[in-house]
Amino acid sequence: MRIPLSWLREYVDLPATETGRDVQAKLISAGLEVETVEHLGADLKGPLVVGQVLTIEELEGFKKPIRFCTVNVGRANGTGEPQEIVCGARNFAVGDKVVVVLPGATLPGGFSISARKTYGKTSHGMICSADELGMGDDGTHGIIVLPPETEVGKDAIELLELVDEVLDIAVTANRGDCLSLRGVARETAIAYGLPLRDPALLDVPGPNAFGYPVKVSDPAGCDRFTARTVTGLSPEARSPIWLKRRLQKVGMRPISLAVDVTNYVMMELGQPLHAYDRSLVQGTIGVRRAAEGEKIVTLDGVERTLHAEDLVITDDRGPIGLAGVMGGADTEIADHDDLEKPTGDVVIEAAHFDQVSIARTARRHKLSSEASRRFERGVDPQAAAAAAQRTVDLLVLLAGGTAEAGVTEVIAPTAPHTITAPADHPDKVAGVAYGRETVVRRLQEVGCDVYGQDELIVTVPSWRPDLTDPNDLAEEVIRLEGYENLPSTLPKPPAGRGLTARQRLHRRIGRALAGAGYVEALNYPFVSEQVFDQLGLDADDPARRVVKLVNPLSDEEPALRTSLLPGLLGALRRNDGRGSHDLALFETGLVFHPRDERRAAANLPVDRRPSVDDIAALDAALPEQPRHVAVVLAGAREQAGWWGGGRSGDWADAVEAARTVAREAGAELGVRKGQYGPWHPGRCAELTVTADGEERIIGHAGELHPRVLKTLGLPARACAMELDLDALEQVGDDTPQAPGISTFPVATQDVALVVDAFVPASEVEAALREGAGELLESIRLFDVYENADQLGEGRKSLAYALRFRATDRTLTVDEASAARESAVTLAGDRTGAVLRG
Amino acid sequence: MSAPNKSYDPVEVEALKPEEIERMRDEALAAFAAADSLDALQEAKVAHTGGASPLALANREIGALPPQAKAEAGKRVGQARGAVNKALAGRQAELEAERDARVLVEEAVDVTLPHDRVPAGARHPLTTLSERIEDVFVAMGYEVAEGPQAEAEWFNFDALNIGPDHPARGEADTFFVQGPEGGTESGVVLRTHTSPVQIRSLLERELPVYVICPGRVYRTDELDATHTPVFHQVELLAVDEGLTMADLKGTLDHMVQSLFGAEMKTRLRPNFFPFTEPSAEMDMLCYVCKGASVGNPDRPCRTCSSEGWIELGGCGMVNPRVLTACGVDPEKYSGFAFGFGIERMLMFRHNVEDMRDMVEGDVRFTRPFGMEI
Repeated sequence: MRIPLSWLREYVDLPATETGRDVQAKLISAGLEVETVEHLGADLKGPLVVGQVLTIEELEGFKKPIRFCTVNVGRANGTGEPQEIVCGARNFAVGDKVVVVLPGATLPGGFSISARKTYGKTSHGMICSADELGMGDDGTHGIIVLPPETEVGKDAIELLELVDEVLDIAVTANRGDCLSLRGVARETAIAYGLPLRDPALLDVPGPNAFGYPVKVSDPAGCDRFTARTVTGLSPEARSPIWLKRRLQKVGMRPISLAVDVTNYVMMELGQPLHAYDRSLVQGTIGVRRAAEGEKIVTLDGVERTLHAEDLVITDDRGPIGLAGVMGGADTEIADHDDLEKPTGDVVIEAAHFDQVSIARTARRHKLSSEASRRFERGVDPQAAAAAAQRTVDLLVLLAGGTAEAGVTEVIAPTAPHTITAPADHPDKVAGVAYGRETVVRRLQEVGCDVYGQDELIVTVPSWRPDLTDPNDLAEEVIRLEGYENLPSTLPKPPAGRGLTARQRLHRRIGRALAGAGYVEALNYPFVSEQVFDQLGLDADDPARRVVKLVNPLSDEEPALRTSLLPGLLGALRRNDGRGSHDLALFETGLVFHPRDERRAAANLPVDRRPSVDDIAALDAALPEQPRHVAVVLAGAREQAGWWGGGRSGDWADAVEAARTVAREAGAELGVRKGQYGPWHPGRCAELTVTADGEERIIGHAGELHPRVLKTLGLPARACAMELDLDALEQVGDDTPQAPGISTFPVATQDVALVVDAFVPASEVEAALREGAGELLESIRLFDVYENADQLGEGRKSLAYALRFRATDRTLTVDEASAARESAVTLAGDRTGAVLRG
Repeated sequence: MSAPNKSYDPVEVEALKPEEIERMRDEALAAFAAADSLDALQEAKVAHTGGASPLALANREIGALPPQAKAEAGKRVGQARGAVNKALAGRQAELEAERDARVLVEEAVDVTLPHDRVPAGARHPLTTLSERIEDVFVAMGYEVAEGPQAEAEWFNFDALNIGPDHPARGEADTFFVQGPEGGTESGVVLRTHTSPVQIRSLLERELPVYVICPGRVYRTDELDATHTPVFHQVELLAVDEGLTMADLKGTLDHMVQSLFGAEMKTRLRPNFFPFTEPSAEMDMLCYVCKGASVGNPDRPCRTCSSEGWIELGGCGMVNPRVLTACGVDPEKYSGFAFGFGIERMLMFRHNVEDMRDMVEGDVRFTRPFGMEI
């Protein structure tokens, strides 16, 4: 809401020295979000005067028509001689009164005016348009033509009220009353402790039987409808400058006198009004719900198909307006230039509509108007009669109309809203002892009637429908006493238990991966469905079952991720494209899987705690959202440098990342050869965990499939790992047990075993470990060797270092050798391993 | 060599004559002193202390002496050998020290050589800033609560007093999950704030409840320099007997002091949110200029645009209707809550100029933030 300071002063006698900034500070402190203070005409400097066009000479031979004019500006130019001015606009004639800026002046934007040669003439100043004066749109798209009675030579800065300050207030959804000068003036008056001249306090004649006939069929949707009629509007009457200027300053475009007046009164009192051309309305005006599929053409020229919940204004033919949102084209007031059918008589509607109904209609038809914005946020129903009266008064005054004596008022009786609250309730909410007296005074200031002693009975004013609960009253008191005056105290929570094991694990995994050289990326979860083809997933892969959005940001990516890889690989490609080629990235985050049984989440009541079953049913309607962890690698894992060669990131790094994560989780991770979607079929590890004796695949790691890399435009040999972190966490144990440390000497024995190349090293190691028995302290594979000449085709040699140690004695060579023998024997039995000769 | 003799006069044994022993000793000492390398010293050592050295041979002669002469000769030879060994050890030590000094000089390296063999990793600053904030509250006794990101409308809206007709519930602001019919009938949205976690906390936990709810949230904004459809929030909820707005203010003050320095403070401005009443917008003192830039064109502040205050987020006293929806008696309990965006705080705390830098995963952006911020 834009509030011109000059207009605001009409209702509150602010000290003359108060600037817009001062008022802004006061209103912000009271709770109105005054975003900006615009200083109109701040850099404007005269002379800017009223002139009368004396002669017009059309200059020929230029690309556009140009006029050379002489203009009488009275004594304003010091000589009294006609001012010679070149002008490109054409919307004026000899004799018109115009606004002339003379050399030496400065227009908004720092535009200095001086005499200058142009189109072969010297132009001594300019004839001004509204735009050039920073007045906003006046709808003319040309220069300003002033009313003929305007005095020549008069200062136009004052005439056009070009210097002013305008507060721009972002009104919150609960304060519909502040979408008006009246509401902001009331807040200003309270903030300054000054009296308010309430513009709604008018003498209004009571309703009678001979007003325009109105029938409200839906009193729940429309609890008040006032109709007044004004006849004999002069077709020549135009909105006066002051009226236009005020509308422009609040951001509205002047249109025609009758429309301007209704807009003006809406801005002043907050009551949306509508003026119908009486000659176009047929019979009784009605208010009812629309019939489904009924049609109306609104003022914006759009034909709208109505919904059965839409409230409409009707006449005998059908809908003539979308109630509280926008009028219909059929009964529109004529434009001034419509000389054939000028509007002479008008019916004025000032009604009050249901907030929710208007909000739904506006949303349904994607039609937000000044009227609907106000009704949605709450309009003072008691102001309707005054607003109608004010409109009538202005039309009589400015358009020479005659107010008819008939006054129609259809009112559905409603009781004023009353709140009961302890007098010390605001004190308890704030933690401040305001005392009853202050509480009552503040509530009265906002317009409440307050009764009672310890228990207050508060009747809220009609313009504050947002005040419904005791806490609303508390807020009024606290804000007026000043949020800035609240003390600062700290509550004493009971002792907390710190982070949960799961939260600590998530942090630890991030640190471990970052410590291993991975950089975290947080990617959007939005994916296309094509990405699963690009990743080479089978047609029946469960990861293809996605949760989709109704309104995705991009139709290309309507689904939620079932894997972190699309996002991470996108980040990998982006980095690569930006010249970072040696990359290791990680992400942990939720993925989304639809439930097998798709149920809608019910809309539970809010007046009580839902039952355990209700909550369980809501949760069962949500997608499954397990947390995954993933890494991707490309380029060098170790850089080449003065120390020697580098090393490319490879499948083993990806597998190691999974082991790193499992180590942090204290989980035993199974790694075996696997084959899945995006991974290279020969270089893919399947990651497993075993819970309650049941093995489960929780992810994969390895080098990506060359075809996938090509399709996605990724660097060659890129690698990846992804696993279900929640599943890993379930089998984890974050309380490691201390091993017994033996101080007896270690006995080290190396063995080199030859096996078929396809035998997994993990199986050989497992057999060695089991065969060696409890004397084995550690085992480590230190070499893998393949040489057809020495080992035979399809064979490989695995060299292990075994360390033996007893807890209670120094092992003899024989004991260590015996353990080694039994390890080798078991490995031989299990895997066909033979000692390398 | 001396021939056997019958007189048994030790003096008569040439090699054991005192002057002979002295000569042998002096020759050895001279040889050690002359050795200019450990190798040369090794040669001299063999020559003068080895089995075939004059003193060793002389020692062997002692056995041939008559008993009464043995002691004196033995003492003489022993002293000589002691002196020789001592000189040898001394020279050995000298030469080793010389060698060490030389070798260590030779082994010197250029310690300014870079060693970026394995480039450092890093965690995302949004993650670590969130943790930093969590830690402030965990230290006060709060617990960290989490919840689903695809959330039931009841949790995300209704229970928070955001009625079915609230404009924020439209498709213009909220991502809706498709129901079986392909429309919004699923009743599931991508959560637009972490407030549903507050509701879940009130339903799941014993009172009093003091929780901090960090996490990812979604709104239908296009990505640009100052907006992102996927962003991160931290929200706080405290519900206990007798909590006041002054407690809210104190908690906010404590937070900004913990994160930005002891002299920090917050400012509350009235505002409106459905889930709190009274509600406020919270600002923190600009931690860069501390307000000194206000009305001071000579000292403009980029961080707060010379406003002196930085807008943080929204807060207020939990609307009693929200407590009712969670089965908490508003006559007995009251609460406060606040929430703010982590992206925004990261922007002003670390001079991030473009929101897109936080979402694109460029390693050049993330690396400098390391493990913690």
